[in-house]
Amino acid sequence: MLWEVDIYPKKGLPDRAAERLTAAARDLAIHAALPVTVAQSYLVQGAFARPQIEQLAAELLADGVVEQTVIAPVGDAALEAPPAGRERLVHVLPKPGVMDPVAQSALAAFSDLGHQAEAIRTLRKYWFGGLNDAELKIIATKLLANDAIEQVVIGPLTFQQLDLGSAYQFQLVTVPIREFDDAALERLSRTGQLYLSLVEMQTIRDYFRELGRDPTDVELETVAQTWSEHCSHKTLKGRIRYRDERGETQFANMLKETIFAATQQLRQRWGKHDWCVSVFEDNAGVVTFDDTCHVAFKVETHNHPSALEPYGGANTGLGGVIRDSLGTGLGARPICNTDVFCFAPPDTDPASLPAGVLHPRRVMQGVVSGVRDYGNRMGIPTVNGAIYFDRRYLGNPLVFCGNVGTIPLDKVHKEARPGDLIVAVGGRTGRDGIHGATFSSAELTEHSETLSGGAVQIGNAITEKMVTDVILAARDRGLYTAITDCGAGGFSSAVGEMAEKIGAEVHLERAPLKYAGLSYTEIWISEAQERMVLSVPPEHWGEFEQLCRSEGVEATAIGTFVPTGRLKLLYGEQQVADLDLKFLHDGRPPVVREAVYQPAPVEPLNHTPISALDSAETLVKILGSLNVASKEWVIRQYDHEVQGGSVVKPLVGAANDGPSDAAVVRPVLSSRRGIVIACGMNPRYGDFDTYWMAASAIDEAVRNCVAVGADPSKIALLDNFCWGNTDRPETLGSLVRAALACRDLALAYGTPFISGKDSLNNEFRYVDSSGVQQLIAIPPSLLISALGQIDDVARAVTMDFKEPNHLLYIVGGTRHEFGGSHFALVHRLSGGEVPRVDPAVAAKTFAAVHQAIATGTVRACHDLSEGGLAVAAAEMAFAGGIGARIELGDMPADKRQVDAAHLDAMLLFSESNSRFLCEVPRDQAKHFEAKLAGIPHACIGTTLATDRLEIFSAAGGADLIDLPLAELKAAWQKPLAW
Amino acid sequence: MPQPRVLVLRAPGTNCDVETAYAFEQAGAKADRLHVNRILESPGKLADYQVVCLPGGFSYGDDLAAGRILGTQLKHHLFEPLRDFQQAGKLILGICNGFQILMRSGLLLPDEVGANGKQSPATLMLNDSGRYEARWVKLEVAGSPSPFFAGLQQLELPVAHAEGRFVPRDETVLQQLRTNKQIVLRYVDGANGNAHPARYPANPNGAVDDIAGICDITGRVCGLMPHPERFIDPMQHPQWTRRPSASEGAGLAIFKNAVRYFS
Repeated sequence: MLWEVDIYPKKGLPDRAAERLTAAARDLAIHAALPVTVAQSYLVQGAFARPQIEQLAAELLADGVVEQTVIAPVGDAALEAPPAGRERLVHVLPKPGVMDPVAQSALAAFSDLGHQAEAIRTLRKYWFGGLNDAELKIIATKLLANDAIEQVVIGPLTFQQLDLGSAYQFQLVTVPIREFDDAALERLSRTGQLYLSLVEMQTIRDYFRELGRDPTDVELETVAQTWSEHCSHKTLKGRIRYRDERGETQFANMLKETIFAATQQLRQRWGKHDWCVSVFEDNAGVVTFDDTCHVAFKVETHNHPSALEPYGGANTGLGGVIRDSLGTGLGARPICNTDVFCFAPPDTDPASLPAGVLHPRRVMQGVVSGVRDYGNRMGIPTVNGAIYFDRRYLGNPLVFCGNVGTIPLDKVHKEARPGDLIVAVGGRTGRDGIHGATFSSAELTEHSETLSGGAVQIGNAITEKMVTDVILAARDRGLYTAITDCGAGGFSSAVGEMAEKIGAEVHLERAPLKYAGLSYTEIWISEAQERMVLSVPPEHWGEFEQLCRSEGVEATAIGTFVPTGRLKLLYGEQQVADLDLKFLHDGRPPVVREAVYQPAPVEPLNHTPISALDSAETLVKILGSLNVASKEWVIRQYDHEVQGGSVVKPLVGAANDGPSDAAVVRPVLSSRRGIVIACGMNPRYGDFDTYWMAASAIDEAVRNCVAVGADPSKIALLDNFCWGNTDRPETLGSLVRAALACRDLALAYGTPFISGKDSLNNEFRYVDSSGVQQLIAIPPSLLISALGQIDDVARAVTMDFKEPNHLLYIVGGTRHEFGGSHFALVHRLSGGEVPRVDPAVAAKTFAAVHQAIATGTVRACHDLSEGGLAVAAAEMAFAGGIGARIELGDMPADKRQVDAAHLDAMLLFSESNSRFLCEVPRDQAKHFEAKLAGIPHACIGTTLATDRLEIFSAAGGADLIDLPLAELKAAWQKPLAW
Repeated sequence: MPQPRVLVLRAPGTNCDVETAYAFEQAGAKADRLHVNRILESPGKLADYQVVCLPGGFSYGDDLAAGRILGTQLKHHLFEPLRDFQQAGKLILGICNGFQILMRSGLLLPDEVGANGKQSPATLMLNDSGRYEARWVKLEVAGSPSPFFAGLQQLELPVAHAEGRFVPRDETVLQQLRTNKQIVLRYVDGANGNAHPARYPANPNGAVDDIAGICDITGRVCGLMPHPERFIDPMQHPQWTRRPSASEGAGLAIFKNAVRYFS
């Protein structure tokens, strides 16, 4: 019997799900006042009598105080009786095979009460009033369901039982690749979703010709996954011939010769004071922290899955990077998360969307919820992030998720040994995420949704939390020799990597499955979430297995590491793969790419005379621009205090609503030593010169750390390159140029890169309404994440003004740098000089500001970024609820570049790097100035016991800005106060 | 005084157990973190402890509703041992998800027999804002017999939850809670002279009568939405950089009270 339990809010209580839907329909201009009633429902298959199912529903599924139920067998008229005036019924349920964690939990809870259901599935039920078929269809596809993972049933449910999968009949599949010509190889690469180049396909064909046999399907998949851009990063680690205005450079391995090389150089320079522990070799970079533990840091992207299914994509993106920490060394304990997103503007006209593209507002809501639900459930605080908006992220949203972990000093080294068991721990394997690795290396099109639906995974954070708990316990008991996470490529990637220098034999039929029917290939490449692979010495297997069982975690030995140098896969008695690991890992032909960069000629800032623009109005506009505006709507949905280590929170100030520069977290509650997390990114500068974009992003990440008190001599960096299609020499050229800046700045600042990741091919192709091919490529997007440290968190400072009658100092020189600025953005100006960095001056500035903060001379400090001095001063004032008066006359600035009429705008809004605004008590002024000797700085004003921000012209006389703090704050809070 | 022993009970998805145990230890107790499976195997282990604390998190993912699966487990498998524990003069504290679990377990407010069988007299439902929210709130201690709050009047603590809106089934239930002095903690509107009803976000979830925590009729079983374990150290306060330095966070007093109760 298939029972349905529909749960509605009790009469008279609000229907929140319906309210949200009505609001979403209004926001996306689908319906002004959508009439709808929503039920959360369960389908329960099993031999239950009515009283039983009613009792179970009352106890487990519905809340009798505020909810009411309708319970009946599917098909019963009671389930199809519409609420008054809401006669159109729509059901949405997960497609067969898609993870349904709530249903799993319900099944287990039923069983705990002694009732075995055969299967349970969740369901959402919507009753609409006054809609015709066409409207219903639009609402179903745009609002209710995501075709990648969910199915829509309009009208009553017609099935009588849930699909539980059917048994798998083994059949070995081989691919006659030896006979394929180039055209056939290319076709196979595309239709088989291998996404390999012709040269790579030829290499595989020739390899099997030499062996004298055809590959099996799983062998081909294994090679494709190992050689995918996503797993091997072959473009950036490949040969590149790069040309720019300074000449030509040949790279044999571009990343190794730029970013890695800088780190190695710094480590040599530091000698025995080297604080890098493990860089670019493990799942996360590791640096020293204190005498008990090191810290690990990694940031990953999950862009393509988030474009198709924002909630699931972001959810599993965060889940994946947490497993990176857990899979670093012998396992790091996750202590905080970061998230940075790039979206198209939420006010994008819904009518302008290409087919197959979700509205950016829906993408943003889904992504934020996905990160929220994973991070909060894992009990890991999300402490730092940013959101950038640009039209070019339409169809290509970027989702960066990061995790910091702590790892005991003696747990950094890992090595699987011959004879160790290959053990899968955590979630079961299902059909989810098939072809994620190769898919994320391909470009999206309007058809991606149907082609790659399987590439979308749904996470279950609690499974990962349970896995984390047992793995950290097993780590401390020394029960395993190596660990890695099952991410892109699934077992194929995890086992393939661990076995690289040994060899492995895997029995695929032993892997626990979510449901029957998976082929051996599906088991091997599935990217089902929440799985880790460990090498467990046979003598520890009993204890390890017992530990997992004691907390309800599934652990299965699926094979053994054997010293053969081969990867052998079996399904029952049948051998399905036998690959030489050397070919797998070293057999890929090198990728050779051309890269060119031609910096755009500098054009003067094209504008109506700046002097005619109103400074106060400009400030309000910049505060209310999407990139600058408050992200409180997002931040409050994240638990940023769980684990108790939070010292400087993402929102600070008198009303807990000012924008913090960086987060400070105490990983060890009994110690006052802290870590500092910040980021820097500015895709708008990349339109001018990606070198200065990268330099600016690094400068921003570092100065954000310094602003809260981090020691600039111990800041580690991560790079995440998200770019368009690097097959185009100019696109690759813009990336190489950014990498060169990373190398130069890392060396100049003494801030080593310790890990990184790239995501290429972030482009979306579609045919517009007039039948013309269109391409949206994202702007070059380099995220720099910084991990700093602070000896004593009690020395940390926040950005909010603290007291009236303190002095305000600007630190750092200002130049006429408006290229890509927010001043230019809000006034729709083009041209101008992109902000540059003077690395030598910047490094000295950071050291001096740090000294001033560490010695207690600074009460508030804020970095100057988008919107320059005016925005920084406004944010500090309204965050502290304390007014200020600033005179621009004494600001250190390169005044040769501008005439007097333009000087004020430059001082107020230019985005020159390496600058800070500091609040200094009068009795500390002398000490503060002594620390800043030799660095451009000036006292430019005071804090006041008023509620206004007043800024006066460099020329003296009338004020340029005189605004109440409440008005400034309101402008800043309004755009994203959803 | 013998050092009281605290059992911090964890389950799949519990995630505030480490800092909660740390808070009890800072207050002078000895705290063990144990998986609920160990207690289900041998409920006799409870005898080793003076305090049982259900910490925050997402037990079993809060998949059916917050705290419902673990609460139902306690109700069906551990109700008597835990009731005996309370009757022996010992303390039970539920924080956030722990409060949600206690509400489902019947240990805090016993089920009432109504027309449709047993019914809970109150619940914690989805926040009025419709979403999870993390923010600091001002609280007043509402004159209950709960030993956890002895001597306390006002404090600030963080909340972080999606389902924290306390709703009694009807006015009678609310009156009863008032009469029995079972209301432990209420949100106050600091910007509005600590007035009631507290407006959003001072009352972060729309709880009826600004209720942030309640206790059973003896005061020894107590549940609260705010997280006192997140304010043990003054530097956990969001405005510590604006304030004169203090020696401890206001939340520590609640754990110290539990320790003092056994002295």
